[in-house]
Amino acid sequence: MATRTTEVAKQTAAGGSLQRAEQTATAIRPPVDIYEDGDGITLQADLPGVSKDRLSIRVESQSLIIEGQMQFALPEQAEALYADVRSSVYRRTFALSGELETDKIEASLKDGVLTVRIPKRAERRARRIEIQAH
Amino acid sequence: MFGNPTAFSNSLFDEFWRLQQEMFEGLFGDVAGPGGIRSLPRGSFPAINVINTADTVQVYLFAPGIDPKALNIAVQQNLLTIEGKRPIPLEEKATYYRQERFGGEFRRVISLPEDVDPERIEAKYREGIVQVIVQRQASAKPRQIEIH
Repeated sequence: MATRTTEVAKQTAAGGSLQRAEQTATAIRPPVDIYEDGDGITLQADLPGVSKDRLSIRVESQSLIIEGQMQFALPEQAEALYADVRSSVYRRTFALSGELETDKIEASLKDGVLTVRIPKRAERRARRIEIQAH
Repeated sequence: MFGNPTAFSNSLFDEFWRLQQEMFEGLFGDVAGPGGIRSLPRGSFPAINVINTADTVQVYLFAPGIDPKALNIAVQQNLLTIEGKRPIPLEEKATYYRQERFGGEFRRVISLPEDVDPERIEAKYREGIVQVIVQRQASAKPRQIEIH
């Protein structure tokens, strides 16, 4: 366990934009799509079973931390026959980079899909360089 | 306990939710036995959990972001087939770093216990989870035999 933590710490120290940083043993690591356009980065994550009030998105020391808890009302006296999903907690962390405006992150949740929009600082957005014609 | 910065994080693992998590993991954490011959490799979409109660067999599909009206759920004898599609539009002008989420058509076939009643099925969709409840035939329920 200690070795694994060290490896994770090294990966984080290595930096890189939106890199996976940590994951606990029991939490599900949700699949994500991440893409960038001129204005910012969009992240979408599959979090089935999570409602808005059981979802936490926060930025801590340049990391974006997504945590959610699945609401799952199990009937009494149930017996499991088959299980692909073995945990009811989601967690995934990404290292952010300096050009992202972390206090302007917006998030929405619909049918178990989380969309997070992280804008770039205005002065750091790509500018189109006009080529002067003579 | 260690000065978590948000009030939410403190409540995230409060007693009620910790218990729910323990129940979930207690039930699904170590399902023994071989996978069914129609089971798919880990990571296939949608993930499925199946439970058994005295009256029902319940199948949970973890299918976020689908249109439940476009789902086709059918039972033939004891085979439950679920077909659907999950369109994931591609942002053409963007640079993709990760594309881990499933997009496209899917089909899963689940073999249910033999005593299910194919006429009595209902399905619900909530927060990305489809719950299919199939009633079992009355004769299959465990009966208490009285001793005189």
